[in-house]
Amino acid sequence: MFLKHKVSGVALVAIPTAFLGLFFVYPLATIFRRGLGNSLPTDVLFDPGTLRIVWFTVWQATVSTALTLAAGMPLAWATARLAFRGRGLVRALVVVPFVLPTVVVATAFLALLPESMQRGIVPILLAHVFFNVAVVVRVVGGYWARLDPSLWDAAATLGASPGRRFRELTLPALRPALAAATALTFLFCFTSFGVIVILGGPRFATLEVDIYDLATQTFDLRAAAALSLLQLVAVAAIVAVSSRLEARAGSRLPIAVEQVAARKPRGWERPALVATLSFAALGFGLPLAALVQRSFATPHGAGLAFYRSIGDETPTLLVVPWRAVEYSLAYAAAATAIALVVGGLAAVAIAHRRSGRWLDTVVMLPLGASAVMLGYGFVIAFDTAPLDFRGTAWIVPVVQALVAAPFVVRIVAPALRGIDPRLREAAAVLGAPPARVRREIDVPLVLRPLGIAAGLAFAIALGEFGATVFLARSDRPTLPVAIFRFLERPGATNQGTAAALCVVLMAVTVLAVGAADRLTSRPGAF
Amino acid sequence: MRKVGAAAVAIVMAGAASGIAASSTGQVVLVTHDSFAISKATKAAFEKQSGVKLRILQNGDAGAALNRALLTAGKPEGDVFFGVDNNLLSRALGGKLFDSYSPEGLTHVDRSFDLDRSHRLVPVDHGAVCLVYDRAWFATHAMKPPSTFEDLLRPGYAKLTVVENPATSTPGLAFMLATIAHFGRGNAPWTYWRAIGNGVLVTNGWEEAYNTQFSGSSSHKGSRPIVVSYSSDPAAEVYFAGKSLTQSPVAVVRNTCFGQTEFAGVLRGARNADGARRLVDFLLSPRFQAGIPLTMFVYPVREKTPLPAVFRKFSLPIASPLQLAPATIGANRDAWIRTWTTTVLR
Repeated sequence: MFLKHKVSGVALVAIPTAFLGLFFVYPLATIFRRGLGNSLPTDVLFDPGTLRIVWFTVWQATVSTALTLAAGMPLAWATARLAFRGRGLVRALVVVPFVLPTVVVATAFLALLPESMQRGIVPILLAHVFFNVAVVVRVVGGYWARLDPSLWDAAATLGASPGRRFRELTLPALRPALAAATALTFLFCFTSFGVIVILGGPRFATLEVDIYDLATQTFDLRAAAALSLLQLVAVAAIVAVSSRLEARAGSRLPIAVEQVAARKPRGWERPALVATLSFAALGFGLPLAALVQRSFATPHGAGLAFYRSIGDETPTLLVVPWRAVEYSLAYAAAATAIALVVGGLAAVAIAHRRSGRWLDTVVMLPLGASAVMLGYGFVIAFDTAPLDFRGTAWIVPVVQALVAAPFVVRIVAPALRGIDPRLREAAAVLGAPPARVRREIDVPLVLRPLGIAAGLAFAIALGEFGATVFLARSDRPTLPVAIFRFLERPGATNQGTAAALCVVLMAVTVLAVGAADRLTSRPGAF
Repeated sequence: MRKVGAAAVAIVMAGAASGIAASSTGQVVLVTHDSFAISKATKAAFEKQSGVKLRILQNGDAGAALNRALLTAGKPEGDVFFGVDNNLLSRALGGKLFDSYSPEGLTHVDRSFDLDRSHRLVPVDHGAVCLVYDRAWFATHAMKPPSTFEDLLRPGYAKLTVVENPATSTPGLAFMLATIAHFGRGNAPWTYWRAIGNGVLVTNGWEEAYNTQFSGSSSHKGSRPIVVSYSSDPAAEVYFAGKSLTQSPVAVVRNTCFGQTEFAGVLRGARNADGARRLVDFLLSPRFQAGIPLTMFVYPVREKTPLPAVFRKFSLPIASPLQLAPATIGANRDAWIRTWTTTVLR
């Protein structure tokens, strides 16, 4: 019994470590060594141009994150705390921007914004909020929904004002989820690429943009490696600080097994709900509606011609476009499975074991690594048998899982920490062996967060572009890759098919995320 | 927990096995960029005639794909590389990427396209990057469309134009080179750029320039009626219009075109060198050459290859586009881009 427990403990840390070591650390180390040799690139790191780019990268990410939190919190509150018609749909819809290719969203923004606002920092910040509100709503909202509301009712009875309840009860209780959402959003904005390239124009660059240009256009691999190492170190520092905050904030408030907390809005909550939903409909609905409208706007008036062309052979793609739906789903399903195993084990290790602490930082790093450098790393690290993985189909979900696993960890680990240890102790005292404690206490309590994590992981895998476009075979494109190929060509048919494929991607996302929510929130689902 | 571990190991093993299986020599792998295209029928014709399967690997835009090939030089991801253009020729040849091979079809190609006389790289297609304008816009505004570079200096014309950043975009680079070829080396091109720099809108990529900012594309309506794009756009706009048109919505400023030739070569260290040579032969065969216009929207290099009607009607090839020697481009490209950036962006 003791030995068995020990073995599973080792597997807990060993599997995520081996996965990250082989598919993240090794390829990156290979490309860094190729780029840098043995010298420290101090000339690149202390170049005034580099410092300017670092400064811009940091401040735009900070402001974007703050705005995203501000925009996302009301929606997180509404979907977590209030029962209203269409709540499940809102929760699924909010994830849609997150999976759309940045090119598509940036173009939709260009079409909606007045010409004077098309370029510069304002559209960049707006687009970052648009993309990342999903993170706040899902991560914070998911946690919020499971806080036992009796405490708030008690506080209200004792005369605490709504403001005071929010300051002294809600915020401290949500701190682990807030820390997680902040870190994830910050990392996404810190490594922002497509939004900056299109909405910023040539005068703006983040580290990620500069690395991409150096690696693919100038082919200055040394400078690209130096900046990408710098980016990684910065990300590691940010993650280490935020996960420390998250762990320290480890809430001990009672957690409900499922959302018992939602109830009909009353009093001031009603206008607040209406305001929140109207704001969301305007901010998120408008760009999405523009895309949907475009997919029906054929040269012969409104019609389904672009949707029909999804089934036609085209010179733009090596396969009939609808096959991309099939490949997307298969890749995303595999990636979700891998991310749940790797991220789930890592979350348990992080929540319960001292030896898991460092994993906490490492598992997040793929979010902050330059996609193009990781892609190049894969290509040169895995070029010799038995590690010749180039061109294999499964490398795609593996890379997508690298990006999705951090979300699993950031959602599941706070939930695990939130489980009242007295529950476990009580079970143990009553004679339940550790495996049974895990099965009958941890698993049911973690199922809902796992469902949220699975939905988000699936969405991330569906939408992942930077690394997928690098590693997916041309005859097996995913939806974002196919959309990108159509956008690269002139002509109404190509642009229209791209819009139709975007709508298909949105629909697939809403269905998948909605299904994951359904499956894991139904009482007695386990 | 151990079951999960075993499953993970099994996944990795199965993957490794399929990786090895994929490296068999019953196939030939073409490494290329995103703009490559081939019809199903043409691909099948090659597979039938050669007895090997053709797999295509698209590795990003032309620059990204070449750099990835350079990184893997000697241990290539495939057997043939297609898509080095004259702007990247010197970089590609400097990287010792290719083995020499002279396909039979080369005798049917005009010598002016054959820029690497040792035939590590052989020409496959050609096209041009030009100023392209929106016919309807100039008609409704009763203005004369531009016909020279200098026309952009006329009052108001620069403000009508969108160009791509030469540091991040292939057509952007070609257009900068066009101005250098036209105005000559020295200061004249930069005087020109300084004069139009404030008015032109610079984008990082072609997609945004053409599909979003340009007013003439049939998809979304931008506000600028002049764009840096490809000489085949008039034909492409008609072909992809989704309805029949008697006139193309866009036209080319033929004096501003910079020639681009695309090359292919057998990758050094190819697993299937024999298949690779057959594939290069095929790329220059009448069959493949005839399919080039309607798949990649460039022109065949093989003489007497018939052009499709839509090209004959709307996009005849540019007879003598502006050019610079690949060695000149290779030696000066980075410095020119830096000068352009300080002149136009700062």
